[in-house]
Amino acid sequence: MIRPQTGWGGLSLAELWEHRELLYFLTWRDIKVRYKQTVLGAAWAVIQPFFTMVVFSLFFGRLAGVPSDGLPYPVFSFAALVPWAFFANGLNQSSNSLVGSANLIRKVYFPRLVIPLSSVMSGIVDFCLAFLMLLGLIYYFDLSPTRNVIWLPVLLALALATALGVGLWLSAMNVQFRDIRYTVPFLTQLWLFCTPIAYPSSLLGEPWKTVYAINPMAGVVEGFRWALLGLDPAPSRMILVSALAAVGILLSGFFYFRRMERTFADVV
Amino acid sequence: MPTWSESVLPGVRDASVQPAIRVRDLGKLYRIGSRKARYDTFRDLLSATLSSPWKRLRSVIRGGSAGSAQRNLWALRKLTFEVWPGEVVGVIGRNGAGKTTLLKVLSRITPPTEGWAEIRGRVSALLEVGTGFHPELTGRENIFLNGAILGMKRSEIHEKFDEIVAFSEVEQFLETPVKYYSSGMYVRLAFAVAAHLEPDIMLVDEVLAVGDAAFQEKCLGKLDSVTRQGRTVLFVSHNMAAIRRLCSRAILLDEGSVSAMGDTEDVVKEYLNSIQASSGTLRDLGQRRGESAPTRLVATGFRALGADGGPARTACPAEFRISYQAPGRLALMRVGLAVKDPLGTTIFVCNSAMTRADFVEMPPRGEVSCRVDWLPLIPGRYWVDLKLMDDRGHTEHVIAAATFAVLDGGESGFFDYPRRYVDGSIIVPHRWEVCEQGEAGGAGDWDSEGLVVEPDGR
Repeated sequence: MIRPQTGWGGLSLAELWEHRELLYFLTWRDIKVRYKQTVLGAAWAVIQPFFTMVVFSLFFGRLAGVPSDGLPYPVFSFAALVPWAFFANGLNQSSNSLVGSANLIRKVYFPRLVIPLSSVMSGIVDFCLAFLMLLGLIYYFDLSPTRNVIWLPVLLALALATALGVGLWLSAMNVQFRDIRYTVPFLTQLWLFCTPIAYPSSLLGEPWKTVYAINPMAGVVEGFRWALLGLDPAPSRMILVSALAAVGILLSGFFYFRRMERTFADVV
Repeated sequence: MPTWSESVLPGVRDASVQPAIRVRDLGKLYRIGSRKARYDTFRDLLSATLSSPWKRLRSVIRGGSAGSAQRNLWALRKLTFEVWPGEVVGVIGRNGAGKTTLLKVLSRITPPTEGWAEIRGRVSALLEVGTGFHPELTGRENIFLNGAILGMKRSEIHEKFDEIVAFSEVEQFLETPVKYYSSGMYVRLAFAVAAHLEPDIMLVDEVLAVGDAAFQEKCLGKLDSVTRQGRTVLFVSHNMAAIRRLCSRAILLDEGSVSAMGDTEDVVKEYLNSIQASSGTLRDLGQRRGESAPTRLVATGFRALGADGGPARTACPAEFRISYQAPGRLALMRVGLAVKDPLGTTIFVCNSAMTRADFVEMPPRGEVSCRVDWLPLIPGRYWVDLKLMDDRGHTEHVIAAATFAVLDGGESGFFDYPRRYVDGSIIVPHRWEVCEQGEAGGAGDWDSEGLVVEPDGR
């Protein structure tokens, strides 16, 4: 049944589930294609956070003397940069995904959600590579991950939800306003400094620390440090606030995307 | 006409059978803004927001466009028809009549503005072959990717993989990235995937316009067999020969509405009559001319002229003029035109690449001319497809871009040649004479002399 669509409409997650194989293939394509015809290939996944870590350690850690919760500064910042890189890449890729798939959108029907979703998910491979590097660094500094690592998948899911939520907003807006393309690098840069990556959130006292966690990545990053580097106490309040914020962003993104979806084929 | 069409005549249908596609009062409105309105920027948005903040914000959230200079265009209007299971229905009409929009609405790519359509069964739409092919991936990988995009399950693709490869004839290059494929190979592979879909209802748009003649024939054959399996097909084409061969019924669209529907032969005849009545360049090309700032290379006009600047005449010198617009200068432009008869069969092709014409550096707006010393077309009306491309990646391909008339030149040297004697569209210079006795022997000796048309003895 095909009717004119008005109003906000549901999420139609069932339809998304029906198209899970397409999601799989598009994710697989993005992974496969990402480093084709590059010399360093998948090493890029590690190089970016690694050199950011080196620069941060040098300037913030050594020269500016930014505190690092008593941990070696390199491992302190790298533990944050790994989830951050996943988030920032996912955000970047998904924002441009719809415009990049314009031809597909104009010629074939499928739930459009698949496109930004697959571009965020394809970052998981990069994340795993960088994560291995992080484990190496932890070993090198004679630290050992705590049992709390079982929480990592949850934290990763939070980062994914945030990246997807913002990505849904931006990709849908990008279809109509191509300015978004120029906004995204700027946005991620600002967001980087608003997230406790180069500095610890312990610089803030309560209740500000909890308020700070409205930035979902603050909770994710502090959660990673806690789970991997054995910081005490657990930033459970921060993570909770971050989780709520992430769900809020994701849901609003979903609805906005669904709302705009029907015009994509005509406008993109 | 195929005999199976008799079994699906409306009169003899069982009352309990529901239509596969039912369309009622379907309408699709496009708002055509100026270029500025289409690529909105935040600056426009900001200035408008400052003047009337709430109205602005609401219109953005609701998905309205920010531009104010808009024109409404009903691509489809009050469209009503039915297609029964197992039927093959052709959709014909001029460029811009709404054929592709109809398929887009039925395949749910874009929602209608009014009315509704009901579809029973799994639908797949072929608006283009090779949608979603990725140039960096190999042939094998693209089969899977493209199959998934077209809605096949992974197990299904596995099952049909060998068949697809065999059909595409690219076995040796399966592990080669498709960016190294020739365009023919690319199209063959793409069509092979699409041809192995098994939906209940197939919506097909002009996909046969690609590839060489042999491959087109293969595609038509495949479509033929698909329709024999009892599948419902809605087939859009400018190729009347293909429509007549495949379809039991046809729908003629004009300006978004049904202007004729029924037996293929009747509708095709009606369509051909409507073309005869219209003249010169079709609406579609004319509209393009209006664009002040083209975003891509477009053909904007076509004229066929005789030697004196009047209409083209049989057996006289003629000139085809093609004008175009592009966003910038063009490098190494190639221009081609295909002259077709009203049934869509190509009669001949003129291509600047064949004559190695030099269009090395061309201005963003211009006209090129193709001169023919002796026009072999008999009087009548003809179609032309236009194709333009350059080395900077600009391409333009307009199927059935324009029609033109050829008049009797009176200078062919033929006493009488019109349709009364000629089956076909062209004349070639020729003479008849009586053979000298003994030169070629009697008629009975032709076989042994090897003078028959098929000397291989078939």
